[in-house]
Amino acid sequence: MNEQNTYWKENISLIIKCLVIWFVVSYGFGIILVDSLNTIHLGGYKLGFWFAQQGSIYIFLILIFYYAFKMGEIDQKYGTLDE
Amino acid sequence: MELQALTFTIVGATFAVYIGIAFWARAGSTKEFYVAGGDVHPVANGMATAADWMSAASFISMAGLIAFFGYGGSVFLMGWTGGYVLLALLLAPYLRKHGSFTVPEFISDRYYSKTARVVAVVCLIIASVTYVIGQMKGIGVAFSRFLEVDYDQGLTVGMAIVFIYAVMGGMKGITYTQIAQYVIMIIAYTIPAIFISFMLTGNPIPQLGLGGTLEDGSHLLDKLDQIITDLGFKEYTTNARLSLFNMFFYTLSLMIGTAGLPHVIMRFFTVPSVKAARSSAGWALVFIAILYTTAPAVAAMARLNLMATIDQPDQEQNLAYKDRPSWFKNWEKTGLLQFEDKNGDGFIQYTGTENNEMVKVDRDIMVLANPEIAGLPNWVIALVAAGGLAAALSTAAGLLLAIASSISHDLLKGVFHPEISEKEELKASRIAMAASIAVAGYFGFNPPDFAAGTVALAFGLAASSIFPALMMGIFSKTMNKEGAIAGMLAGIGVTLLYVFQHKGIMFIQSTAFLGNMEPNWFMGIEPNAFGAIGAIVNFSVAYLVAKKNPQPPIEVREMIERIRLP
Repeated sequence: MNEQNTYWKENISLIIKCLVIWFVVSYGFGIILVDSLNTIHLGGYKLGFWFAQQGSIYIFLILIFYYAFKMGEIDQKYGTLDE
Repeated sequence: MELQALTFTIVGATFAVYIGIAFWARAGSTKEFYVAGGDVHPVANGMATAADWMSAASFISMAGLIAFFGYGGSVFLMGWTGGYVLLALLLAPYLRKHGSFTVPEFISDRYYSKTARVVAVVCLIIASVTYVIGQMKGIGVAFSRFLEVDYDQGLTVGMAIVFIYAVMGGMKGITYTQIAQYVIMIIAYTIPAIFISFMLTGNPIPQLGLGGTLEDGSHLLDKLDQIITDLGFKEYTTNARLSLFNMFFYTLSLMIGTAGLPHVIMRFFTVPSVKAARSSAGWALVFIAILYTTAPAVAAMARLNLMATIDQPDQEQNLAYKDRPSWFKNWEKTGLLQFEDKNGDGFIQYTGTENNEMVKVDRDIMVLANPEIAGLPNWVIALVAAGGLAAALSTAAGLLLAIASSISHDLLKGVFHPEISEKEELKASRIAMAASIAVAGYFGFNPPDFAAGTVALAFGLAASSIFPALMMGIFSKTMNKEGAIAGMLAGIGVTLLYVFQHKGIMFIQSTAFLGNMEPNWFMGIEPNAFGAIGAIVNFSVAYLVAKKNPQPPIEVREMIERIRLP
C-alpha cells in the first residue's frame, strides 16, 4: 500500500512538472508574454509569434514522449509493469 | 486532363481504396465494431488517431482562418495540439487500464450510477453532433467546388456519401481505412505547401520558408505585414483574436475539449497496454504536428499570393474584374466568393476599409483555392480535393461511431434494454448513425460559423462536460456521483446557454436574444471560447455538491487504486 502511494506521488510530481512547461510555452510565451517576446527575432519570425504558431507544438511533442519515457523508468523501479 | 475530370479520377481512386480496406477489415463482432479488437500497434493507432482527429476543420478551414486572422489564428494551432499533452498525462493511461468500451461506460462504473451514464451520453451526443455539423460545412464547400454547383447541392451529395461510408464499417474497418486517409491527407497538404514555399522563398520546407526571405531579400512575414497594413488590414503577426484574454480562454477551451472528445478518447481503448496508451498520444501528435506546423506557412503564403493576385503590386492598376482568373470564376459559382464593383471602375479593390469590393471571401475556401491561386499543376489541385474529403470523411466516420456506440451500447444495452442481442445492438447503432447524419446535415445548410468555428463550439461543449468528470474520476477518490452529475449538467448547461443566447437557440440566428455582439459578451469572451469557463463551472459545482453528499463506496475507491497502477 505504501509503495503504491509513493509510486502515485512520483507520477503526480512528474505530471505537474510537465504541465508547468506545457503552460509556460503556450499560454506564457504564446499569449501572455507575446508582445515582449515579439521584440526578439528568430530568423524571419518574431519570437512570440513563433512560439504561438510553431514552437509550442514541438515542445508539446517532446513533453509527451518525455513523460512516457520517465513513467517507463518509474514503472521499472516499482516493478509495476504491464500485464 | 481537364481539372474536373482529373479531380474525379483522383477522388474516385482514393475512395475505392478506402472502401476496399473497409470491406477487407469489416467488423465481425461488437467488440471489433467498437474497439478493433484491442490489438492495434501504437504507431498505427497514432496515425489513425491523427486522421480521425484532423477533420475538415484542420484541413480545409484552419489555414484559411489563420490566413485572415494572422497571429489570432494561433488559438487553433496551440489549442488543437496542446490537448494531447492533457490526454497523454491525465487520461489515456488510466482509461486504458480500466478497459471499458466507451467513455460513458467508464463514467458509469466510476460514479456507480446509471444516471451519470445517461448524462454523459447526452453531453457526448450534443458535442459530437455539433462537431459533425462543422464537418458538413467543410464537406459542402469541397463538394460544391469540385462538382461546380452551389453550396447546398454540394452538401446534399456529401451527406449521401458520408452515410454510405460510415454505416458500412466499424472501428476495425475505420482504423485501417483511416491510416490510408492519413497518408492521402498529409501528402495532399504538404505537396502544395512545399511547392509554394519553394517558389516564394527558395526553401522547400514550409516551416522554415515561413521564417525565410523572399526574392527581394525581405522577410516573408515582414513583407506580408507591410502589404496588408498598407491596404488597411490589421498587422498579420500581431493581430490578436479580440484580445489576449479571449485567446487565452479560446486556447484553453480547445485543449480541454480535445481531452474530452469521446471519439479521440476511444482511440486509446484500442491499444494493447497502458504503456502503449502513453506513447500512442505522442505518436498521434507527431502525425498531427506535421500538418499543424505546415498550416501557418500555408496560411501566410496563401494570403500573400491572394493579395499579390488581386492588388498586383508591380502594376499600375489592380486586377480588372473581366481579367479575373479561372479559380476566381469557379469559386464565384459556389457563392462563397463574391465581388461587388462599388465604385464601378471595373477593377477589384480588396482592402480592409469600407471601400472593400470583395464582399465575401469565405475563409473555408482558402486551402482548396490556394494551389490554384499559386498556379500549381492540376494534379496538385485535384490531390488537395481528395485530401480535404479524406479529412472530412475520416472524422465524420469516427464521430458517428462514437455517437452510435453511445446510443446502442450505453443507452440501450447499458441502461434500457440489457438483454439486447449483438445483432440488434449493431442495427441500432447504424440507425443512430443515419439519424445523426440527417440532423447534422440539416444544420449544415445554415452553419453557425466557419467549419473550424463550429468545431470549436463542439470542443467547448466537450470541455465543459466530459473532461472534468473524467479527470476528477481518476485524480480524486472522494468525488461522488452527485458531484459529477451536477458538475456535468452545470458545465454543459452554462456553455449551451451562453452559445445559444449569442448564436441563437439551436443555432437559428433570429432567436439569439442577446445577439452575437461583443459588448454583450461576458468579460469579452466569445461563445466559441466559452467551454473553458464551462469547465471551471463544472469543477466548482462538482466540488461543492460532492462535499454535501456521502463519499463513494469502498469498491469504487479500490477501483481507482487499481486504475492508477499500470
